[in-house]
Amino acid sequence: MGVSRLRIQPFIVRDCALSAIATGKRAQNLRELRDHLQTVDPDSIYYHFWGGLLRPSFDDPEYKNDFAAWAFHSLHDPALAERLGIIDPTDCGDLEGLRAELIDVIEERLSETELVPWAKPDRQFAFIRSQIVIFNTHRKLSHPRELTKATAAMSLGSIFFHVIDARSRTPDRVDDFRAWLGDLGPRYDDLCRDLGAVDPYLNTLANLRTDLSLIFRKHLGGGR
Amino acid sequence: MTAGMLESLATIAGRDVVEHLHQLAAPLKGMRVVHVNSTRVGGGVAEILAKLVPLKRELGIDASWEVIAGEEEFYRCTKSFHNSLQGTIAPVSDRLLRVFEETGVRNAEALRPVLQDADLVFIHDPQPAPLLRHTPNRKGKWVWRCHIDVSRPYRPTWKYLRPFLAEYDASIFSLAAFSQSLPHPEYLIPPSIDPLSEKNQELPQEEIDAVRERFGIDPMRPLLVQVSRFDRFKDPIGVIRAYRLAKTFLPYLQLVLAGGGATDDPEGNAVLAEVEEASRDDPDIHVLLLPPDAHRTINALQRAADVVLQKSLREGFGLTVSEAMWKGKPVIGGDTGGIRLQVVDHHTGFLVSTPEGAALRIRYLFSDRERLQAMGRKAREFVRENFLLTRQLREYLALMVTLTRGAGDRVELD
Repeated sequence: MGVSRLRIQPFIVRDCALSAIATGKRAQNLRELRDHLQTVDPDSIYYHFWGGLLRPSFDDPEYKNDFAAWAFHSLHDPALAERLGIIDPTDCGDLEGLRAELIDVIEERLSETELVPWAKPDRQFAFIRSQIVIFNTHRKLSHPRELTKATAAMSLGSIFFHVIDARSRTPDRVDDFRAWLGDLGPRYDDLCRDLGAVDPYLNTLANLRTDLSLIFRKHLGGGR
Repeated sequence: MTAGMLESLATIAGRDVVEHLHQLAAPLKGMRVVHVNSTRVGGGVAEILAKLVPLKRELGIDASWEVIAGEEEFYRCTKSFHNSLQGTIAPVSDRLLRVFEETGVRNAEALRPVLQDADLVFIHDPQPAPLLRHTPNRKGKWVWRCHIDVSRPYRPTWKYLRPFLAEYDASIFSLAAFSQSLPHPEYLIPPSIDPLSEKNQELPQEEIDAVRERFGIDPMRPLLVQVSRFDRFKDPIGVIRAYRLAKTFLPYLQLVLAGGGATDDPEGNAVLAEVEEASRDDPDIHVLLLPPDAHRTINALQRAADVVLQKSLREGFGLTVSEAMWKGKPVIGGDTGGIRLQVVDHHTGFLVSTPEGAALRIRYLFSDRERLQAMGRKAREFVRENFLLTRQLREYLALMVTLTRGAGDRVELD
């Protein structure tokens, strides 16, 4: 039916694990945070925005990135927390764009306040970076209709790899599903449009997995 | 540990989680990995190695566990290191430092055949740290695993130990706050609980009832439990104050303060005496001094509780929090250290800074039983996702892959 099995490059399901590594850089106050942000490895910015999805975190945190959470809980600056919390990494192009946006928001706040907001000694911001290990699950999908069942059974690491990590390595900065379906012609345009509407930043990996599976079921059938 | 532990963990953590471990471990198959610490039994490190090493073997890794030997003076020295790395001012004499170094040389000689050819060596805590220096023809990567809170060490001790540690290829700390300046990657791996251990496994209801009866706890009335050493940093007096404040509104409330091993600790005995004095006039406060191996009793008390407290003023990691959460209990914890990582405020429990704050949360939870139970369920799921042994093992495997591949921040396996 339309898409021939033979012509489709299989979708290889991969999985990943993140290792967290302390950078040794710590900020006691907002100015130090700004200064470290100017020089810290881009991996560290990535970790503080996206790493939360794969480490001890909760399904509905108040702030989706570590900088906003620190501003609220440790600097007790809700205005800054809100401004940092609204930054969406998917809007900033790349990590350098994200870095620039963060610094801009912090500098604006520094210019507004007479005293530099500071944290208690046991509330320092510790910059962490990550290493990612990607491995093959030895599962291959030979046709899009297998996606419904396959995504529902994917590990959270696989969801992270194919949705979050994909955005930093695919040419159009899209998830791996859209990249694969896009190669199969216009037949899947509506599906890709729905996939594009899923917000990976304001979601947990578990919810993301459910949302994706529902979208695949709606367009492709199959599943439970 | 018996074969099939992974299979048992799969029934608890999920088959996909165990499958993930197999895939991650595939490139490590046959690798010789040696863990070294200073004791085979007793203490958290031995407890975790007794699980991690057989699990790695089940995954096809040639893992082994070696223990160094020392005389009484060596252990006196390392006990001082332990205390001073956690901030106590505890100078160590030159004589004891010499004993430490000589013991390192002797153990390195004894373990040389194993250590020299290993692909990866994990050295746990400071006791065996000099082994690396005395294994000059080592083949593999060496990692120093620090299990203690070294966020504010007594500087002379850190200054003495740092040159031994700086030579390692990497180190592991439990929290970013504990990491120190070292010239190699410092990995962060929080500890975890073993859901199959006596402390955490499911118990028959009769056993929980028997423990209640043994300590005179009324099963029909609400129960608060704090499990911790009798130590000022655990704030048992603050817990009693919180209980009393809440009891004004919840007259049937009961409190258990259970801890052990204070007999050889003068400070611990003094705190225990204060706690007993503070609770003397209230038959609903049960102060229980338990032996160190009373794991099933602790397990039963946590299961008997409605709400668990860990109102520490300062805490390293505080795994008793995850233990309680695994039993489906919301935890009211002190807003400090690793407790912040485990208690998600308003979701799996509450973070508090004062007895008054704890009392308010106790009242709140007992005023809404449905909410209490919902929080308990969330707490258990949170531990399932984040603080089970399988997660710690996964992080060890990821670290092992990146260290042995040496391929920067992105390692792709096929």
